[in-house]
Amino acid sequence: MIASLPRPAWLRAATALYLGAFLLFLFLPLAVVAVFAFNNAPYPAPPWHGFTLDWFIGNAAAGRTGLFRDTELLGSIWTSVVVASWVTALSVTVGTANAFLMERYRFPGKQLLSVLMLLPLVIPGVILGISILAFCSRLAQLADSMFGLDVDFLRPGLVLVVLGQFSYVATIATLMVSARLKRFDRTLEEAALNLGASNAAVLRTITLPYLRPAMIGAAAISFLMSFENFNTTLMLVGADPPLTVLMYGRMREGASPVLNAVSLFLMLASALLALSLMRNRGRGVGPAADAA
Amino acid sequence: MPQRPRLATNMPDAPAPALWQRRVMLAVLLTPALLWLFALIILPHIELALLSLRERIAPRTYAASLTQYRTFFAEPLYWRVFVRTAIMSALATALTLLVAFPVAWIIAKIAHGRASRLLFVVCLIPFWVSETVRALGWLILLRESGVLPALLVRLGITAVPVELLYHDATILIGLVYTSLLFMVVPLVSSLESLDNSLIEAAYDLGGGGLVILRRIVIPHAAPGITAGCIVVFMLTLGNYLTPNLLGGKNSQWFTELIYTQFIVRFNWEQGAAFGFLLLALSTGMVALGLRLSGQRFVDVMRRS
Repeated sequence: MIASLPRPAWLRAATALYLGAFLLFLFLPLAVVAVFAFNNAPYPAPPWHGFTLDWFIGNAAAGRTGLFRDTELLGSIWTSVVVASWVTALSVTVGTANAFLMERYRFPGKQLLSVLMLLPLVIPGVILGISILAFCSRLAQLADSMFGLDVDFLRPGLVLVVLGQFSYVATIATLMVSARLKRFDRTLEEAALNLGASNAAVLRTITLPYLRPAMIGAAAISFLMSFENFNTTLMLVGADPPLTVLMYGRMREGASPVLNAVSLFLMLASALLALSLMRNRGRGVGPAADAA
Repeated sequence: MPQRPRLATNMPDAPAPALWQRRVMLAVLLTPALLWLFALIILPHIELALLSLRERIAPRTYAASLTQYRTFFAEPLYWRVFVRTAIMSALATALTLLVAFPVAWIIAKIAHGRASRLLFVVCLIPFWVSETVRALGWLILLRESGVLPALLVRLGITAVPVELLYHDATILIGLVYTSLLFMVVPLVSSLESLDNSLIEAAYDLGGGGLVILRRIVIPHAAPGITAGCIVVFMLTLGNYLTPNLLGGKNSQWFTELIYTQFIVRFNWEQGAAFGFLLLALSTGMVALGLRLSGQRFVDVMRRS
């Protein structure tokens, strides 16, 4: 607060009121999702019918399939985890390589490349999805007509989902790792080299340990962005939908408190991830903050 | 002009790696970057452009034509949805700025230390949760059998539960909610760099609250405001989930048209043309925003 400026009572009151309303706006939707996961009624709607855990542990015999018995939902969570793991591994690897490329080397066309690397962030996810879908379908056709090959993974499915998500998550990972590499004090590397370390040893014992926090942060954000991605995934999905796409489909069919149960589970998982990252880094949490 | 790879900084004392080693490393590092950008970004968009510029004249026979784009302008439904999406996105962006600015101000200038950090983190927490979950929350709150209509009846404001979903206002609320983070973060960082003594000086020189806001705060925060607006507009324009779930049949969002052409009707040529129109609108607005604020694309993307 700025000490010498007067803050009249009405301004203080208005600030408090605004902040209260803002926090209500922020948390009300999440709160109702959590609360109605425990409502003893077949629809997530008022009135309150009493507390139940049916939407977590109920089985089909009781007429209520809870989250932990819903094989379709559990399967889609697993699908999301597998996809997110691939996207994370690819993005952090490519992002780290890109960081070294952009921070340590000069080459013709570097400026152009740095703009190209940012492009995926300005392309709407839907368009990333359809362009990759169209391109892969063209490749599959070519493989078929030229070599008589049936290249299955180029058809809509999890491989395309991974590629589609990776196409823009890689940019975020690149920005995060580059930001830290830029602040690296190169005299540390010079000292190690002067003391007779090999390039590989310098990389392994000096540079990569320094980059570790950024790489862990990039991994967490990549996993989260992949797990939550909807737009790109929707265009590329095949027979086995990841969680967000399955949830969307079910929400369109009609509401069931099982969706609240799985949402609560997601909230707890993201809260854990957020808290552990915050402990690591303090200020500047969140997908956008990390790209800064 | 071929330029030989060089060290970015001089290391006079360290044994410099041999030139061929640097070349090999450069090639190794360039490969994933080029693969990524060519195979997943550039070539797919060329394919999309080619698709949008052809027309099916017989089964498996295509001819180059501008029919897809002509259809867009000839069919009022299509371009109306396009314009509507643009206007709604602009509205959502303006609303997001209005809602986010005071919060960013409180975080950057009014709250101190721990309180400020805590508030910042609290503001970000909802955005760690999937957009699907957030949309589900609004569905439960706003649908006819939902929480708010029941509350309105209980309070005697309406006689029967009213349907709060499927209005334009509902879509806007959902979009603002989804976009807040991307506005709060750049605003906070640009407001934090504003020196308090400037505000005090303006006050001592007789400036009122509004004058200070207009002449000191907003000019200083302009880069953050632009960055936030650009990102929010882009994300809103390309959103599918929130307009679709909260707007139902009334949403008429342009991404839904793309989905329908591509996935439902399997008319890829038309869908590709729609995709390019959306891309043009999106990049056009980004360019305009940058031009108006005199910023470079690279800086904005790094800031947000």
